[in-house]
Amino acid sequence: MELLVFSILAGLALAGAIGVILARNPVYSALGLLLGLSAVAGLFVVLWAEFIAVVQLMVYAGGVLVLFLFVIMLVDLEQRGLDTDAGRIGPQPSPGWRVAAAMLGILFTVFVGALLLQEPAREVPGAGALDAVLRGGGGGGALGNLEHVGQLLYTSYLVPFELASVLLLVAMIGAVVLAHRER
Amino acid sequence: MTGYLPIAVMILIGAGLPLVAFGVSMLLAPRKPEPLKYTSYECGVEPTGGVRERFSIRYYVIAVLFVIFDVETIFLFPWAVRYRVLGWFGFVEMALFIGVLVLGYAYAWKKGALEWA
Repeated sequence: MELLVFSILAGLALAGAIGVILARNPVYSALGLLLGLSAVAGLFVVLWAEFIAVVQLMVYAGGVLVLFLFVIMLVDLEQRGLDTDAGRIGPQPSPGWRVAAAMLGILFTVFVGALLLQEPAREVPGAGALDAVLRGGGGGGALGNLEHVGQLLYTSYLVPFELASVLLLVAMIGAVVLAHRER
Repeated sequence: MTGYLPIAVMILIGAGLPLVAFGVSMLLAPRKPEPLKYTSYECGVEPTGGVRERFSIRYYVIAVLFVIFDVETIFLFPWAVRYRVLGWFGFVEMALFIGVLVLGYAYAWKKGALEWA
């Protein structure tokens, strides 16, 4: 059952990713990305990481994708010739670039694979508690996924949490400084 | 994972309903194309120019601010469910967190980034 659900979701995620790069229309690419991100949210549910799944949907599918769509609408597609076939396909990369891109892709896959095979589970404070929940089948213990995240984030990981607010502040000021035009 | 069965059923129905509706109308509806049928009728005025208007960069700031406050909300959820356990310690923590973000909010407000028109 788990394998079946995983296969469907992984297939959808791959289909979405392939759709992103194959779609001629940038808006369709964004919709393909939406499919991929939603499928990954489903994969998080399969991993019993329900909180992360909700974050994935809210922040990535709901927020970041909106940003992408805004960028697509901000770029004048007609002016850039992106609405014609020639403009969409663009100048063809030379064979050297194609080979380099393929090599980089293979190299990246090998790196990730090697990391996955070698990296032993690092000891993270509080990881044991989370691990117990995950192995217990989620919600098996007295506390659910969300409660555990809350307990850890607001006690053991207090400083990173407060630093996150500073990071968000920097992002906010940066956005206003870069994109806002004084009138 | 059985708790997710209703969600899976809902996704299937949600995806199936438009597919069935479009499929049935495609199979059953009679089609007699006529140039007049393809004109826009919503408000009676012929559209001029394309729909791909370039949007003002001003809306992008609002989108970025939306994502940032979206992330802030995410942090509120685990805090809210553990609020009783964390007590005043948690309250001060979250007050600090939101306080820092309010600084950015006040800055954006003062700069007029939230002005709509």
